[in-house]
Amino acid sequence: MVAAAAVHAASDDSAGLAVDFQGVSHQYDLDGQPLPVLRQIDLAVAPGEFVALLGPSGCGKSTLLRLAAGLERPSSGEVLADGTIVARPDPSRVLVFQDPTLFPWRTVRDNVAIGPEARGVLAGSQKRIDDALRLVKLEAFASAFPHQLSGGMAQRAALARALVNDPRLLLLDEPLGRLDSLTRLTMQEELLALWRQAGYTVILVTHDVEEALLLSERVIVLTERPARIKAEVAVDLPYPRRRDDPRIVAQRQHILEILGFSA
Amino acid sequence: MSAAVDKDAGEKSVSSAFAGPVWKHGLYAASAWLLAAIVTVAFPDVVPWGSRDVFVALLVAGAVVLAGLAFGVEKLGGFGRGLIHYGPWLIALGLWFALWELITAKLGWMPKPFFSPPHGLLHVYIVDWQRILICIAYTARLWTIGFFSGIIVGFIGGVALGWSKTFAYWGMPVLKLIGPVPASAWIPATFFLFPTTFLASLFLVALASGIPVAILTASGVNSVNRSFYDVARTLGASSRYLVLRVAIPAALPHVFVGLFMGLYYSFAVLVVAEMLGAKYGMGWYLQFQTAYSAYANVYAMLIIMALLCSGLVKLLFVVRDRLLGWQKGVVQW
Repeated sequence: MVAAAAVHAASDDSAGLAVDFQGVSHQYDLDGQPLPVLRQIDLAVAPGEFVALLGPSGCGKSTLLRLAAGLERPSSGEVLADGTIVARPDPSRVLVFQDPTLFPWRTVRDNVAIGPEARGVLAGSQKRIDDALRLVKLEAFASAFPHQLSGGMAQRAALARALVNDPRLLLLDEPLGRLDSLTRLTMQEELLALWRQAGYTVILVTHDVEEALLLSERVIVLTERPARIKAEVAVDLPYPRRRDDPRIVAQRQHILEILGFSA
Repeated sequence: MSAAVDKDAGEKSVSSAFAGPVWKHGLYAASAWLLAAIVTVAFPDVVPWGSRDVFVALLVAGAVVLAGLAFGVEKLGGFGRGLIHYGPWLIALGLWFALWELITAKLGWMPKPFFSPPHGLLHVYIVDWQRILICIAYTARLWTIGFFSGIIVGFIGGVALGWSKTFAYWGMPVLKLIGPVPASAWIPATFFLFPTTFLASLFLVALASGIPVAILTASGVNSVNRSFYDVARTLGASSRYLVLRVAIPAALPHVFVGLFMGLYYSFAVLVVAEMLGAKYGMGWYLQFQTAYSAYANVYAMLIIMALLCSGLVKLLFVVRDRLLGWQKGVVQW
């Protein structure tokens, strides 16, 4: 808790980034054939909001995150961050992948240090790196190599690597998808706690309806590829939420129906 | 897994190596060495080889040391454990010396100019050590300059080929064409393309060691997980950072495979290059002594070469283990 406050002390007023997808379409080139993955996405995410993107696998959810991160430019339309066009990656908008993608040749601590090191501010960031490790409860594993970590620990290290940069927008691409169900529950609580302390904007891609409902303030349901926005569901419930809350159960039913599962 | 097996084997040999506090293998080895000494002194040589008495003195000294160690080897720490591990080898070595003396110098069973008893080899070191040292120095100079310039150019070229599409477009076809040609095939051309034989040999050694490093570095950089670049870019990395801190460390396991290949190729080419038109050097020495039917000298030099080459390979293993320690657990060695 103290560590969390320290990491985010400087970001009180400007914690969250406003993200605006304006008529975003995107296509990939597959063996010379254009493969459209996103079609006319209009979505405004408020500063500090927690939004979940839900849709069938392979529908283009991850592409939306890559565009928001600035790893790619959309084929048409624009992604705006606080009103500025997103043209390149920036450490204020950090993407956490489904795989932890820790660099195997670096210790946990050196992995967390990548952001400050890449920006040439490593010397002044030692304390922040320690804070970030403490925040994800990995301080005892600072000098361990990634292959010595469990799946949940590796994903927490990846999270620390993102958080140490004091992001204003956290893009989570199914970060819990590969974890066992118990670790997953713990990590969901931790993600929520971190967000509520720090106040950054979160866009979470998931294909788990329950996860979306437990964590986010708004669920965006996408169609099959090429993805369009099919429905928006506001989740106006206080935290912490319980999965057996009748309102959650009802909304889960509702979203499953939107996705085409009638049960 | 394999470590556990080794440990078991080690413990077994330790338990049979001792009788109470006495290192039995040490005593056996001392007796074997003494036996070799007795065989060497007791029977006359069919032809004189020289340095027989020095060899006997060394064997007796070895036997005395081994007999002494039999009662105190455990006090020597790591070195002592190494000795205990190689105890059976020390016994076999003594027996081999005795047998070797018998079939060469004593009975003359082995055809004469081609085979030499151990004290014949010792005689070479005693008589010809200056020339041998000069040859080692010449070879070391050629190998060091050739190998290191080769791997440095190969590594830098490999990174460029793996990283830059333009480099790959122009460089890869050339590398693929030239790469499979054995470096020794260039010998006739290089000896008139270069002003001196030294430069020609240098080029051959550099070529032999550089090409595998270039090919494997390029393929290593090429096969780096793309997500590593994405991660680094979202965290604010520049292209320079992506090359130096992502591509190169990720490619290092491949680079080391190339280095090992280059090391072996460099030895092969080194000796061949020295046999052609060099004035000194270990390859030259082999060639020169063979021409004079001085086979003892040839064997003496071969032993030195074996020690030097395997020493360099061992050194590269040590460097790799230092740099790629993180791979333990990721890859089965």
